[in-house]
Amino acid sequence: MIATPFTPIASLLGGALIGLAAVLLMGATGRIAGVSGIAARLFPPYEDREFAGRLAFVAGLVAAPVLVRLVTGSLPPQMIAAGTPVLIVAGLLTGFGAVWGSGCTSGHGVCGLSRLSVRSLVATLTFMATGVATVFLMRHWS
Amino acid sequence: MAILIQFAIGLVFGLGLIVSGMSNPAKVLNFLDVGGISAGTWDASLAFVMAGAVAVTFIGFSRVLKLPRPFLAERFYVPTRKDIDPRIIVGPAIFGIGWGLAGFCPGPALTALGFGSSSAFIFVVAMCAGMMLARFIANLPSSARVATPTDPLET
Repeated sequence: MIATPFTPIASLLGGALIGLAAVLLMGATGRIAGVSGIAARLFPPYEDREFAGRLAFVAGLVAAPVLVRLVTGSLPPQMIAAGTPVLIVAGLLTGFGAVWGSGCTSGHGVCGLSRLSVRSLVATLTFMATGVATVFLMRHWS
Repeated sequence: MAILIQFAIGLVFGLGLIVSGMSNPAKVLNFLDVGGISAGTWDASLAFVMAGAVAVTFIGFSRVLKLPRPFLAERFYVPTRKDIDPRIIVGPAIFGIGWGLAGFCPGPALTALGFGSSSAFIFVVAMCAGMMLARFIANLPSSARVATPTDPLET
């Protein structure tokens, strides 16, 4: 386990930026800023003609750290403890579950809760619970 | 122009993920680790990310959705479903297990790609495979429901 410092101010500000992006996307395209929904729709079958816009949004997500590095000369720490087999299993489960459950942390957790959606509340409580249970089993089961 | 605007919005979202600490899986896992509360290693930061994001989105959505239409589209595409079907529990349950294993959810994983992380790349490739598999299974004739929309992406 790698210890991380408690960062309430930075996290609150970063969260506000995420919220700002969600509001801007709704105002511009009329769509929910759900990253799993946007990413999954980059693959066929295609149901509309929003491909380029979705790709641009994802490109913006990927470009953010590049911009931070250009402007500040460094990046905040990123510590990934999982090895390749765990990353593959985790990626498969995360991608499958997000599409199967119609959303992830952003679509249900941020946008859904903000719309007072009961489905999103159920989804958020469920993935928080299994996420907590998984970390507990991985770290404290002996 | 519309493409540039969506790129810029993605950039703001990504900056939020970096500033908030969500792009660091160790921070995510330390938040999910309730066993760390007694040990003093619990990192409550993510609760503040959620609080900041939901506060801004809640106020922002209530204003934006009063507009006659979005700036770049004909109408708003806001999910309307209210039913609690098995998928809205099974999907997030599976998602949470993956999230707890590596500390990545889709947004931060994509932003982590820009850090040049090979671990993030492996995760994102697997995540895309999982997404395609879910869409494939959801579109099989046997899983089509009469009562509910077959599009699994409709929140």
